[in-house]
Parts: sequence; structure tokens; C-alpha cells
Amino acid sequence: MKILVCISHVPDTTSKINFSENNTLFDNDGVQFIINPNDEFGLIRAIWFKEKMGATVDVINVGTKNTEQTLRKALAIGADKAIRINTISKCSKVVAKSISKYLELNQYDLIIAGRESIDYNGGMIPGMISALSKINFIDKCTHIEISNNNVKAVREIEGGVENISTTLPLIISSQKGLVEEKDLRIPNMRGIMMARKKKLIVIEDYGFKTSSQTIKFEKPLSKNKVTLIPSDNVDKLIELLNKEAKVI
Amino acid sequence: MGILIYAEVEKGKLKKDCFELASYASQIADIFSFEVHAVCFNADNPEELSNYGIKKIYNYRNKNYFNFDATIYSDYISKIFIKKFRFLILSSSSNSRYLGGILSITLNASYISNVISKFESNSSIKVIRNSFTNKAFETVEALEKNVILSIAKNSFEIIKKSFTAEIEEINFEMINPMNNVTSIEKSENKVSISDADIVVSGGRGLKGPENWHLIEDLANVLGGATACSKPVSDLGWRPHSEHVGQTGKPVSSNLYVAIGISGAIQHLAGVNASKTKLVINTDPEAPFFKAADYGIVGDAFEVVPDLINKIKEFKSLNS
Ligand SMILES: Cc1cc2nc3c(=O)[nH]c(=O)nc-3n(C[C@H](O)[C@H](O)[C@H](O)COP(=O)(O)OP(=O)(O)OC[C@H]3O[C@@H](n4cnc5c(N)ncnc54)[C@H](O)[C@@H]3O)c2cc1C
Ligand SMILES: Nc1ncnc2c1ncn2[C@@H]1O[C@H](COP(=O)(O)O)[C@@H](O)[C@H]1O
Repeated sequence: MKILVCISHVPDTTSKINFSENNTLFDNDGVQFIINPNDEFGLIRAIWFKEKMGATVDVINVGTKNTEQTLRKALAIGADKAIRINTISKCSKVVAKSISKYLELNQYDLIIAGRESIDYNGGMIPGMISALSKINFIDKCTHIEISNNNVKAVREIEGGVENISTTLPLIISSQKGLVEEKDLRIPNMRGIMMARKKKLIVIEDYGFKTSSQTIKFEKPLSKNKVTLIPSDNVDKLIELLNKEAKVI
Repeated sequence: MGILIYAEVEKGKLKKDCFELASYASQIADIFSFEVHAVCFNADNPEELSNYGIKKIYNYRNKNYFNFDATIYSDYISKIFIKKFRFLILSSSSNSRYLGGILSITLNASYISNVISKFESNSSIKVIRNSFTNKAFETVEALEKNVILSIAKNSFEIIKKSFTAEIEEINFEMINPMNNVTSIEKSENKVSISDADIVVSGGRGLKGPENWHLIEDLANVLGGATACSKPVSDLGWRPHSEHVGQTGKPVSSNLYVAIGISGAIQHLAGVNASKTKLVINTDPEAPFFKAADYGIVGDAFEVVPDLINKIKEFKSLNS
């Protein structure tokens, strides 16, 4: 079984969000980048398939040279090979088309992409890849088992879950639940050494046209200060929630 | 040319966000002098949409099949869209987001999600969306002619505007579903975190699962859903499906009540999009107070029972 995990290179949630170039670009200055948490759950599940069932696991990113540190981290955690499509990824569609183009030329049985990236929060790419590559798709997947070509999976829906049976090839969008949090791995020394010997293939930009573009970023105005209510006056609180906030 | 909304139906009933979408679409329609039409599946009373500016409703019917399938639904939605539409408006629900990515390819459309603004003009399609887990607003311009927007929950008012809508009932078939849904598990009368207008959430400050009646009772009187911080679900006090934050669920309710939660940045990442935040915490220095609209510095074990009683009184007086 061949698995491809899409890796988005995102700022750690604790980082300060700033913008440069007239508020049109994210300011990387002093920011720590990580594997998008939703992708990490998928990657760890893929590595489980590698260790238990002999799958091979490749990781892919559509981005500039900066993202190679994040791909190396994925290799250190256990992926076999990394692919970077050298593109300044301006919109989700370009990313999805680039990955689908790669899939046209390279066969995989299971493709995993995160439910959404914590920077752009588009939540679009897995669905786009599924439509472009005509591969079955399970969104918000919280559990997956595979035997031969048969898949049993769980999809999260509002207020519950859906149990699904389907077959490979398949694309899933990954999130919490696919693996336990305790199964997440920090790269160890041996992994980091091994990662240096693994292949990181760079493919030149396929040149897809952008479908949407960022005009500018803005930070929310700093919030009004909190209104504190004495703990022995919940009547006042109820009045504020009713009359001022209009939420009850 | 026109605007099509996808109106989601649950067990025959139109979901509340349909009316948000319809109101939003009617306002854009005015800029373009477009009509707004809606497409839905198995709605018992599709005509309800006519109260919110919808002029025509395409209601797909199939008595035998009520499960959602993203490929089949997107095929049927495309069939309507390609007739004469330019904009497709979706909600932010799981199923709508599932369709969005697929439809953006089949309709050759620019797709923008988490949208929180209307357009300013009809010459270029620019909207504002939430990004960076609600820590920034991004203005995005759509470059393709067709555009799909998925609207952030609770971002627009529902506005009444009545028409007599034309309703077209169309049969549909479930041929070759993408995946086979073997069963659905749903807790019937519980409001889910992502659907709820009010969410009551508890943290480690509640000391143990035996005290969760406080959270549940408050959620009950407010008609809301219950949620928790990550350590609470890690400790097994509450199910994982209730965990809110960066690694859990996002909440975009009208009211988020945080009780005994310190307000770590990873937790706040999940609640930034909620409109009003109320924090109850013994520690006046808890970081959550900086992100809150209303706060009570006090012991949950004293404040919450009092609050439950007073809200009960308030509700009985005002109903
Ligand atoms: C990579 C990463 C991802 C994470 N993702 C998430 C996430 O998605 N969601 C999340 O929630 N956390 C997440 N965390 C954990 C987060 O950093 C915090 O540790 C966590 O949110 C704290 O939970 P808490 O507020 O319930 O507990 P605590 O921090 O222990 O806070 C308890 C609070 O209760 C108050 N309190 C105590 N007694 C009472 C009382 N009687 N009445 C009222 N108040 C009382 C205390 O003053 C305190 O403020 C993540 C951490 C990391 C490193
Ligand atoms: N530049 C990228 N390269 C590779 N995969 C990506 C990239 N951007 C996003 N993805 C994948 O698509 C998922 C959803 O991203 P998004 O649609 O941006 O929310 C992410 O979790 C990744 O798995």
C-alpha cells in the first residue's frame, strides 16, 4: 500500500501573527513553523500502517524552500520520502491542482490531507483533490482501518458519526481521533539522522493559474475590556446578557 | 445570471442557517439585480424559504434515501447551477464544507470559505474571511467568474423579505454513491457544539466529573450544548467530542460560557469566533478574562448554582 500525506507548513499557534509588505503577506520573522496539527494526526496514522502493514509513506508539500525543514521533520518522524513542488502557493486551488498533477504521474492507494490548515483555515484542499483526481473522499475522518482493498472508516457529522465502508483508492481529510494524542511523536536523534539520508525530491512549479488572491490582512481591533460583575450579583449579569449582548 | 443557495435539510426540516444564507444572498442580489434561488434535498416545507427573499426553489426528492453523499449531491447541485447561476452560497456545516471543495472544481469556481462580509461592489468580488484561527481577517478577491462562498456561522442577521416562490419538485436517484454509509450514530436530543447558539464549557477548575451536573444544568436552562477544555477530555472526565480548541472543535456560538478554564492560547484558538464570552473563574489573573466580554471572579461551586436558579426564574418570567 502506498500512502501520500499532504503536509502544510504552518506557524505554531502560540506565535504572534503579524503581516508584512503592506499587510499582504504573513510575516515569518521570529515565527516557529510546525506540521499542521491535522496533518500530523494523519501522518502518524500513516506511519502506523507502515509499521503494522508494510505501507510506504510519502509526504508532499507545495511551497518554497522554507518548507523543507517541516518536510524533514516528517521524514524524521518516519515518512520514507518527501516531495516538494516548488511553488509560491497563493491559493488552495493551485495547491490542489499541483498535488493532483503529481498524482496523475504517481499512483497512491491512500491520500491523507488535513481537515483544515491552522493558518489559512480553508478546509478545501482534500475535496478539491478528490474532484480533480476522481478519487473517493471521506471528509473529517476520525478512524480508518484497511484490509486488502477494503476500508472501514468513521466520519464526524454534526452531533454524531457516520460509519462508512468503501474501497481504495481513497482520500481522507484527517483530524483528531485518527490516532490518540499520546501516539504523536517528537523526532528523536536517530530519526533525525536517518532523515538526512532520505530523499527529498523537488519538482518544478507546474504553473497553474491562481483562482483567488489575498488583497490584505488585518488584525481584529483589540477587544473592549471585560465587564466584571460581582459574584453576588448574577441578576446584573443576566440583565447584561439579555439587554446588552442579546444572547439570552 | 443569479445566486443559488444550498439549503440544508435535516429530517425534512430546513436548518436555521438556510435563512441566514438566504438573507445574505438577497442582499448581494440587490447589488447585481440578480434573483436568488435555492436548491435542497427532501425538504418537507421548502416554501418557508420564500419568506427570506428566495424566488424559486428546486427541491430534489427521493423517498427511499435520506443519507447525504457528497458526489451525488454535488452532481445534482451542479445540474441546477450551470443553468444560469454565477454565485453559490453554502453554510459552514460539515456537509456543506464537504461539498464546497468538490463543487469548486466541477463548477470552475473560486471558492472562499469562512466568509464574514458582503461585497462592496459588483465590479470585483472581494470579501473578508476569518483566517489564522480567527486571529486575522483576510480580504480575498475571487478571480474566476463563478464563485462559491461558504459563510461563517452566526455572522449575518436573518432578514424577512417575502415572495411567493415557485417550487420545482425534481426526482433524484442515488446511483453509485461515493461511499457506503453502513450506520449513523447520533445522540438524538443533544445539541452539538458546532450547531449550538450557546455553549457552556468546563475546565479543570471543576475538580472532577462528579461536578459536571453544574455544566449540564446550566446548558439545559440556556438550551445550549456542553463542552470542555483539553485536559478534561484527556483525563476522561468528558468525551473527546466535547473538547474545544486548536486540537479540538471550533465554536462559533452567540454565547460561550467558560467555567474554571484558564484560557490558554490553544483553547482560545477554538473560541475566538464566538460572539459573546462569559468567564467564571476564581483567579482574577486568569488569561481568559482578557478575551472575555463579561466576567465573574468567583467560585464556580457558588456562582453557577445561583446563576442556574436565577436564569430559570428569568426564563419563566419572560416566556
Ligand atoms: C500543542 C498543544 C495543543 C493544545 N490544544 C488545546 C486545545 O485544543 N484545547 C484546550 O483546551 N487546551 C489545549 N491545550 C492545553 C492548554 O495549553 C491548557 O493546558 C488547557 O487549556 C488548560 O485547561 P484548563 O483551563 O481546563 O485547566 P487549567 O489551566 O488547570 O485551569 C483551571 C482554571 O480553573 C480555575 N479554577 C479553579 N478552581 C475554580 C473554581 N472553584 N471555580 C472557578 N474557577 C476555578 C483556575 O483559576 C484556572 O484558571 C494544548 C496544549 C498544547 C501544548
Ligand atoms: N501548500 C500545501 N502543500 C501541501 N499540502 C497542503 C498545502 N496547503 C494545505 N495542504 C493540505 O490541505 C489541508 C487543508 O488545507 P486548507 O484547505 O488550506 O485548510 C492541510 O491540512 C494539508 O494537508
